[in-house]
Amino acid sequence: MNANPTIPSAAAEAALDQELKGLIADVLGLDPAQAAAFGPDSGLFGHLPELDSMAVAGLLTEMEDRLGIVIEDDDVDGEMLETYGGLLAFARAKLAGG
Amino acid sequence: MIASWTITGADGATGEELLVAFDQVRPVRVLVCPAWFDEANKLRRFTVEVMRRLDKAGIDSFLPDLPGCNDSLAPLEVQTLAGWKAGMTSAAHFFRATHVLAIRAGALLAPTHIPGWHYAPQSGNKLLRGMVRARTIAAREAGPEEKAEALLALGRSEGLVLGGWPLGAGMIRGLADMEPRLAEGQSEIAQSALGGPGLWLRAEPDEDPRQSDALAAIIAGGVA
Repeated sequence: MNANPTIPSAAAEAALDQELKGLIADVLGLDPAQAAAFGPDSGLFGHLPELDSMAVAGLLTEMEDRLGIVIEDDDVDGEMLETYGGLLAFARAKLAGG
Repeated sequence: MIASWTITGADGATGEELLVAFDQVRPVRVLVCPAWFDEANKLRRFTVEVMRRLDKAGIDSFLPDLPGCNDSLAPLEVQTLAGWKAGMTSAAHFFRATHVLAIRAGALLAPTHIPGWHYAPQSGNKLLRGMVRARTIAAREAGPEEKAEALLALGRSEGLVLGGWPLGAGMIRGLADMEPRLAEGQSEIAQSALGGPGLWLRAEPDEDPRQSDALAAIIAGGVA
């Protein structure tokens, strides 16, 4: 990821989107097509039966590994996990050093 | 296929443990160091599927329980890393293993005197971090919030239940800075070599025959 922190290029944004969808599909064992169809309002925690607390922990650990970010306890809140758009915004902010 | 053996721990104490074995006294004998805890459940079928393939390829293999886990009669909360490591080395001698296949955190226990492979090895710190994180997220859903740092401090002094696994203080202290190390003749097999996402990531135990084929083929090719 070499996205410009202030004005992410469309290509970097698309790459992050694809990486995150692939990661969710891997962690939850979803059909890649189902993950690829996620939009900003697609529900995650509380909406996908596969996503229990253990799976959330796995998802965050995998995000740390694949995106090269560190996720602190305080980062994790309902908003970030509730929708795909929330998780994508969180990943984008983390990569920008936020 | 299910057998038992007498384990000798770090303190010299012995106990009886169960194992899955494909033993026809063949020249190549692979000791399998299993994944741990929740990952052990998720990878159990995959692990035994790999062993079935090795059996067909003319290779013996042995999958002992970790004391305190699976069907073991030993209590988990008194287990230590040193004890588990001594147990795996004792197993290697007991079964006259020629090679080791260590899976995920099993790599932390791989005997160093035989060649073999570490499949997708995991550090103790990452294992611990993931389990603590699952507990803090579950706590947040249930009510009173728990902090990872405070939980780890408690774990280091008194032990901690993580994901339903009661871990002693010794185990938690030992895990914190434990990195898997390849001994002479051992090499790492990355998940990417198996052509699919790691099955330990799944929320439910699963299997993937292509991944079992790929891992067994790497091992059979490596001893040929």
